[in-house]
Amino acid sequence: MRTTSRPRRAALAATAVLAASTLMLTACSSSSDDKGGSTDAGGKVTLNIGDFGTFGYVEAGLYDEYMAAHPNITIKYDTVQDGQKYWDALTTHLSSGSGLADIQAVEVGYIAQATNTLGDKFVDLGKTEGINPGNWLDWKSKQATTPSGSLIGLGTDIGPMAICYRTDLFQQAGLPTDRESVGKLWAGDWSKFVEAGKTYQSKAPNGTFFTDSASGLFNAVLSAQPEQYSDASGKLVYKTSAGVKTAWDLAVSASQAKISAGLRQFQDPWNAAFANAKFATVVCPSWMTGIISKYSGDSGKGKWDVAAPPVASNWGGAFLTVPKAGKHTKEAAALVAWLTAPEQQAKVFTKVGNLPSTVGGLQQPAVQGAKQEYFNNAPTGQIFAAAAQSIKPAPIGEQDGNVKTIITDNGILDIEEHGTDPAKAWENVSKLIDDKTSN
Amino acid sequence: MATHVRAEAPPARPAWRSRLYRFDLKASPYAFIAPFFICFAAFGLFPLIWTGWLSLHYVDLLKPDVMEWRGFGNYTRLWSNDQFWTALRNTFTIGVISTVPQLLMALGLAHLLNYRMRGRGFFRVAILAPYATSIAAATLVFVQLFNPDYGFINWMLNAVGIHPNWYSETWPSQIAISTIVTWRWTGYNALIYLAAMQAVPKDLYEAASLDGANRWQQFTRITIPSIRPTIMFTIIVSTIGATQLFGEPMLFGGGVGVSGGSAHQFQTLSLYLYELGWPSRQLGRASAVAWTMLLLLLLIGLVQYLITRYRKRHELGG
Repeated sequence: MRTTSRPRRAALAATAVLAASTLMLTACSSSSDDKGGSTDAGGKVTLNIGDFGTFGYVEAGLYDEYMAAHPNITIKYDTVQDGQKYWDALTTHLSSGSGLADIQAVEVGYIAQATNTLGDKFVDLGKTEGINPGNWLDWKSKQATTPSGSLIGLGTDIGPMAICYRTDLFQQAGLPTDRESVGKLWAGDWSKFVEAGKTYQSKAPNGTFFTDSASGLFNAVLSAQPEQYSDASGKLVYKTSAGVKTAWDLAVSASQAKISAGLRQFQDPWNAAFANAKFATVVCPSWMTGIISKYSGDSGKGKWDVAAPPVASNWGGAFLTVPKAGKHTKEAAALVAWLTAPEQQAKVFTKVGNLPSTVGGLQQPAVQGAKQEYFNNAPTGQIFAAAAQSIKPAPIGEQDGNVKTIITDNGILDIEEHGTDPAKAWENVSKLIDDKTSN
Repeated sequence: MATHVRAEAPPARPAWRSRLYRFDLKASPYAFIAPFFICFAAFGLFPLIWTGWLSLHYVDLLKPDVMEWRGFGNYTRLWSNDQFWTALRNTFTIGVISTVPQLLMALGLAHLLNYRMRGRGFFRVAILAPYATSIAAATLVFVQLFNPDYGFINWMLNAVGIHPNWYSETWPSQIAISTIVTWRWTGYNALIYLAAMQAVPKDLYEAASLDGANRWQQFTRITIPSIRPTIMFTIIVSTIGATQLFGEPMLFGGGVGVSGGSAHQFQTLSLYLYELGWPSRQLGRASAVAWTMLLLLLLIGLVQYLITRYRKRHELGG
């Protein structure tokens, strides 16, 4: 029995091996499948959108609205929660030219990498019909423009900053509580903010601090400076930059005056400190209001308020881009233009609070008249829109995100957590940056 | 019936059939294992060699097709880099304070589970539960527990008057991360030990107890020597795991996870590799770190091998 069946078993084995390897090869290759849209015989187009965090298009029902108006178009989306992971994957896809969606979102922190190193991978939306770069705030469009002048991304939202503060803690420390007087405490100068902090700290309720973190203060001060990490040509100048020095000195002085709780933003202890009312102020871009109400919870309702910042500046925001590798770049560009138009931006703002980046969007009644109940009915739409108008742009370079992380996380946080001597911390930081940014 | 007849008449077979038969006997095993090795070559060996080749170049993550020859420059740069040595030291200390208690506890647990007791099946499944939990979920819970201000652990430690900051201080942060690793892998190792213990012949224990050996003596004189190869295996696997430690410190550190805390106090080699390769976009240098890690593992493996060989000889000789 055994001997006679041998040849047949060999044939069977060979077939099995073949089948197994085919299976494995197809399994391996399926991941490299092009994610780009496809066209049916009937002219139907499927557009894929890749984004991160909360863009608010699903929440505001914009995809459904667009599909209803354009029956030939089907929209599919894929949202990644973590922005850093999203960008890491996107860069890999862009450099290999596969796995890309028809529309990809890019955060402002990475837009300089996209315009400089990856500029040729995106469609120039400035030349697309029906898109006028002048509709956006001037600096917003400029950030998404490559050195050769093509506009690779249309602005979605922006993050003009205000100061969110706790009226209960301010009152206990003998500071004014209404938002006009509070704004006047520090109007025009961030160093007045630190001074106000010292006043607060001298009469502070036990165990509380004036502000959450010196790094947050550093970012806020720096983003209002005309010169930041890089010069107009994109070269790193952080060592000699007047802006970086001002921001660093102010953050260090805040840390040494012990007006900062020394927490790392977006970290668990920071989240928990909201619920426990451990600090009285947070520098807050429009999108931060959602975070505050989430972590402060019901106990913080009506106790938070929003005041004008010492100097207006921007923190965060994003762009929608159309990679050239997509199959339906024309249809994708049209969808991007529609999604970022003033009316749609206003709808997104009402749903999730992302502030419009178009001039027209900021003027929409839905934005101008917006009030937030959680923040003592502060007219947040007005406050943020006003701040948005007076933002002065600064050149951003490719390495800015990396440099910022090192200065705040390995410099200022190190001073706050370990009491490192500021001079030594700066030396440490420049050594790390030189190492990471030199080839 | 027919088969019987044919089997009894081998000379009638043509010669090529017997050749085919011999070929089949020799070749089919290779054909059977081929799928694994084909996949290994494509997804294991090739990346390994390619990483080695990359480590000799300057490569930008965003432009991986443009390579600039650096020779061993990336490696000599590591040698003179403080952050690399810090990461190496952290990897070693976290490795020791997670692996040693983990394996000792696993051994003890396995020994206990090896007894006849009620609900044995339940306990055996229960100790495997941490292993089945995802790193992210487990780490999130531990992050809450270790919160310096509001966490459960400091709340308890307050009673004895100590208040460590589990994030910013070097030893507390490393101990916190090791706790996550230990929690996750103890049950897994215990199960491996348990399997090995059950293969130890029962009559050895019977003979020992007749000779008057107590439980502890049975454990150290019979159980441990009998499962020594298994212990060796778990040590090697744990060492590899400890060298590649990434997820726990990354998630434990939250926003500062990649740099391993503000003073790199818990940055491991894998995190350093990631920091160089992704945020800093220096793929060549990251590859050099990867290869250094491989060489370190081979070195550790060699030392472990030499120790076992020495011990074996020593014992057989004595």
